[in-house]
Amino acid sequence: MSLTQSDIGRIANLARLELSGAQSETMLTQLNGFFDIVEQMNAVDTTGVEPLAHPTAVIDHVSLRLRPDVASEPNDREANQKSAPAVERGLFLVPKVIE
Amino acid sequence: MNELHTLGVSELAAAIAEKKTSSVETAQHLLARAQQHSGLGAYLFFNEEATLAQARAADARIAAGDRTPLLGVPLAHKDIFVTKDFATTAGSRMLSGYQSPFDATVVQRLAAQGAVTLGKLNCDEFAMGGSNENSAFGAVRNPWDTARVPGGSSGGSAVAVAARLAPAVTGTDTGGSIRQPASFCGITGIKPTYGRCSRYGMVAFASSLDQAGPMARSAADCAVLLSAMAGPDIDRDSTSLDHPAEDYTALLGQPREGATAAQPLKGLRIGLPKEFFGEGCAPDVIATVRAALAEYEKLGATLVDVSLPRTELSIPVYYVIAPAEASSNLSRFDGVKFGHRAAKYDDLTDMYKKSRSEGFGPEVQRRIMIGTYVLSHGYYDAYYLQAQKIRRLIAQDFQAAFAQCDLIAGPVAPTVAWKLGEKSNDPVANYLADIYTLSTSLAGLPGMSVPAGFGAGGLPVGLQLVGNYFQEGPLLQAAHAFQQATDWHTRAPQGY
Repeated sequence: MSLTQSDIGRIANLARLELSGAQSETMLTQLNGFFDIVEQMNAVDTTGVEPLAHPTAVIDHVSLRLRPDVASEPNDREANQKSAPAVERGLFLVPKVIE
Repeated sequence: MNELHTLGVSELAAAIAEKKTSSVETAQHLLARAQQHSGLGAYLFFNEEATLAQARAADARIAAGDRTPLLGVPLAHKDIFVTKDFATTAGSRMLSGYQSPFDATVVQRLAAQGAVTLGKLNCDEFAMGGSNENSAFGAVRNPWDTARVPGGSSGGSAVAVAARLAPAVTGTDTGGSIRQPASFCGITGIKPTYGRCSRYGMVAFASSLDQAGPMARSAADCAVLLSAMAGPDIDRDSTSLDHPAEDYTALLGQPREGATAAQPLKGLRIGLPKEFFGEGCAPDVIATVRAALAEYEKLGATLVDVSLPRTELSIPVYYVIAPAEASSNLSRFDGVKFGHRAAKYDDLTDMYKKSRSEGFGPEVQRRIMIGTYVLSHGYYDAYYLQAQKIRRLIAQDFQAAFAQCDLIAGPVAPTVAWKLGEKSNDPVANYLADIYTLSTSLAGLPGMSVPAGFGAGGLPVGLQLVGNYFQEGPLLQAAHAFQQATDWHTRAPQGY
């Protein structure tokens, strides 16, 4: 299996990246080179094997926790918005979405 | 004292506590030294005022009779940890100018023990890389040969310790990012069990793999830092393990059962995975690792042959899982809440695309592309799910090996540090060089790199030690016993 230039365009769009023509070419070559080594995974028989999403699942049968759904952090809007590119009256500004 | 930079963590803490020097004097000395060696590229950001304020506070605590193991000792943090008094960028243009409103848990815990922050250390962008050439703020140079890479992604961290610009530092390890640069720079580093140190305030790369750990000259110094860093952070990190903090320094001094003065490791079974000693490993690395293992035999350990049959498979498995998680984690960088926003764009989607393409470097974009693809409709089962299944088999392989041994040992990397630029146009070559560290990360096991000697060109070689879950204490003990019998970890590169 080999990726094509149109696959690269589709993936870049999903990833919200804009690649120039030259970048797209390089990306195609590099990704195809990478997926050559990925193909060896196909040969592994994993019938009946549970996927392991998280190592904690095999450590002492630790299960992932949920915390109570209550506000635990103080409201510190000014500090939290200090590094935002565009803020007005405590709100994050984005380009117009609805006409 | 003029030679403050030659002291390790414990010696420095003692000198400060005994008032032979002060935290302020030590911090000033190390800051001046970091400036003097700025050509190495180890440090990214300083805040002298904040550093000296912390040092003065530590000196005041000492004057008041307070004693903690790190009181007044200056450390530096990998720029992956957010810090409220220092800039945080994760080595990315995306976060240029970012100011965190809080400190990472690990940073907070070290500060609570009295440590003083010298500054932030260079790393591969979002911790993605094994040479530190992927930093948006320039490469880091290896002090053993400045034409060579320091390893990565914690390259600045390793160089700061090796060049005596800090007695100890923090690093993070997702697929080898503490162990491999420690090996390339001749220092000691430990990646604890996944979940042992809080990930709160660590800029996320791959959440099921990322783990913080200390890097220092010796295992004893790593033990001091790790004792402060590790422990549950239940409310702030859902993957933080509910396992009490340990005093690793006290564990170092406890003799093993059956140990003698001459053979402190008597009865320790060290497993050597045959896949780690194959033809893929350079002869100079193998010879150095074998010599270190012979030293372990003298210390009473027994070497046994074990097998980790899916070692080679760990490369595709890791490079499917880590980019998948990265593509998801890095979707937060959209030019809205923080980070870079493009100056010109047509609409919201265009703003996302331009901001991200301008903010992320080539390796990060590559991994986002891989991750997006393996998670996309029609490919998820064949790639992501299959990788997770093999990940379980890899974790099981380790348990089978640990049935025959207490620790696993081998090389950290197949070669010594390579030349700057040598692999920068070949991402796959970089990925292949991670072969001996990835499986440990996938299984979530603790691993470390211990200076074992020198290979080709007089460059450092690390011995990798891997333990079972929560075996950080025995790992550090085994490294410490080796360091009591050898002096590789005390060697400094010429001129430093």
